[in-house]
Amino acid sequence: MDVILLLELAVNGIFVGLMYALVAAGMVLIYKTSGIANLAQGALAMTGAYVVVMLASAGLGLPIWAAVPLAMVVMFAVGAGIERLALRRMIGQPVIMVIMLTLGLEIFLRGLLPGVFGASVKRLDIGIPNAPLFLGELLVSRAILIGGGVSLALILLSILLFNSRFGIIMRAVSDNQTASWSVGIRVERAIAVAWGLSAAMATTSGVLWGATQGVDWSLSLLLIKALAIAILGGLDSIVGVLIAGVVVGLAESMATGILDPIVGGGTRDVVASVIIVVTLLVRPHGLFGREHIERV
Amino acid sequence: MFFRRAGISHTRYRDERQIWPLPIDRYTVFLIAALLLAAPFLIDRLYVVSYLLPLIIWSTAALGLNLLMGGAGQIHLGYGAVIGIGAYSSVHMLRAGVPFELAMIGGGLAAAAIGSIFGAVAMRVKGLYLAMATLAMQYIVDFVIIQFPAISGGTQASLPVPPTSFLGFPVEGDRVPYYVALVICGIVTLFMLNVRRTAFGRALAAVREKDYAAAIIGVDPFRFKLLAFWVSSFIGGLTGAVLSVCYYRTIAPEQFHLDLSIQLVAMVIVGGLGSVLGVFFGVALILFAPILLNQAVALLADQFGMNLPMDLRAHLPLMLYGGLIMGFLLIEPLGLAKIRNNIRNYFLVWPFRHSRQ
Repeated sequence: MDVILLLELAVNGIFVGLMYALVAAGMVLIYKTSGIANLAQGALAMTGAYVVVMLASAGLGLPIWAAVPLAMVVMFAVGAGIERLALRRMIGQPVIMVIMLTLGLEIFLRGLLPGVFGASVKRLDIGIPNAPLFLGELLVSRAILIGGGVSLALILLSILLFNSRFGIIMRAVSDNQTASWSVGIRVERAIAVAWGLSAAMATTSGVLWGATQGVDWSLSLLLIKALAIAILGGLDSIVGVLIAGVVVGLAESMATGILDPIVGGGTRDVVASVIIVVTLLVRPHGLFGREHIERV
Repeated sequence: MFFRRAGISHTRYRDERQIWPLPIDRYTVFLIAALLLAAPFLIDRLYVVSYLLPLIIWSTAALGLNLLMGGAGQIHLGYGAVIGIGAYSSVHMLRAGVPFELAMIGGGLAAAAIGSIFGAVAMRVKGLYLAMATLAMQYIVDFVIIQFPAISGGTQASLPVPPTSFLGFPVEGDRVPYYVALVICGIVTLFMLNVRRTAFGRALAAVREKDYAAAIIGVDPFRFKLLAFWVSSFIGGLTGAVLSVCYYRTIAPEQFHLDLSIQLVAMVIVGGLGSVLGVFFGVALILFAPILLNQAVALLADQFGMNLPMDLRAHLPLMLYGGLIMGFLLIEPLGLAKIRNNIRNYFLVWPFRHSRQ
């Protein structure tokens, strides 16, 4: 095991982790406003990627720089629509019901989009050259480098968002919905906007992942990585997502590079699950999450 | 049918606490039990093997999951893995020469042991986090089964079930597996019907409603959640043994993936959380709706020349599961059992709409 390989694994892991973190950030956004963990986040990313593919190459033939923003607008509407039509009716129901609803949504989308637009892998070209990049002696994929960079920028942007006026509204809503109502905050609108923003973020991550591995149903498997990141970072902390993303990405890439030759492959998919279990055992509210206090 | 409560007045508390206080319900249950027993002699073997047998086995599994989700209010997204543990451990015991009756219980115990370990992890957290923990369990168990050839059965990753016998009858052909599954399902159903009337069942209900409140009235939530995990994983493991011996005959890791867990969760929710009868409805709907849908699609193609693309047809079941879960949660969260109850209560006092139940 030489140093170059380790460094290469580390750099790739960090950037891949940042790309995962973007999916998790959408989840945190929803959790922070409405206290619901959205298990459909992976499917939303997949939906966004399908929408971009349909707008760009396969369907309308728009140039990619127009297709992505347009898809984000469409997905904003989809996200807000999901909140309006499904989640709002579940207010006051036990949390197990709400989780199951988002899981049902995930399954539904996973069937709907490949079913309607075809299950074969679709190429999504966002203009990143395939030729790998050499940083000194390190070999890094351009798509992952750019994807990680864009994700980092977007996550930092969402930290800014939480410190803006609207972000303060969202934090107030997550703290106490009734109290927010009484001071004149439009709680429903805040939650709907959070869903819309989260779906738009999911679209970007879907596009970035679609550019590296093609667009098909397997994009929805991002869910389990995003869950691991969101839980490790604490479900209500964007900074936590950033750090946990890097940790999960590093762990995964190291496991693939070091453990796979020993046990014979497949560790990539189990790392996220192990991280979830260990986090829940050691520190259930995550690295940066607020400890949950419940009233009887 | 409409006046079946007429003339029935219970004079002792015991009579009213029966599982089926109305004679007509008892007769219906006996009739259904008799029909199920006679089914292999009455209907075509194709229907028994490919419709009735899966219905019975999946119902047993869903009953186990329902105890956890409906009875104790704990979400479990890794029940497919629990069934897988039971299936693999019992088949390995069978291959080592253990009789089927013991291997079945052994499979249940193995699943219960591993299931409760994850349950204990999950006890620190609840609701949302519990969902994640059990989801993680599903992936970890999948990984272990696939990665260790000693478990999954070598390079083909499939494990044939050796010939075996149950209480002296060789489990082969069509009828004996059916009766084995039916017996197990009957036992589990009776257990589930009665468990709600015991101290254990009531403690679970207390934990389900609010665990802190349960702790205040002296019900230890940790203990009863763990017990619920144990019992339900045991039933899952038992079903895994029945599933592999009576239905699959050759087991492979992908039979116990996340899809199975999601299917079971969908069955429980569609059927109605906490209802025994509802489970059977839910299983029937989730198992048979895709088949009916496919036939409807084929009929459309034949009669009206409406050919749906292959991809769409292949993904219709997934859409159906997702749509059913969402639809029931939004419109009737208590599932098919509640719909059936509404209809039944309407007709119990028909034509007097406002009569007391």
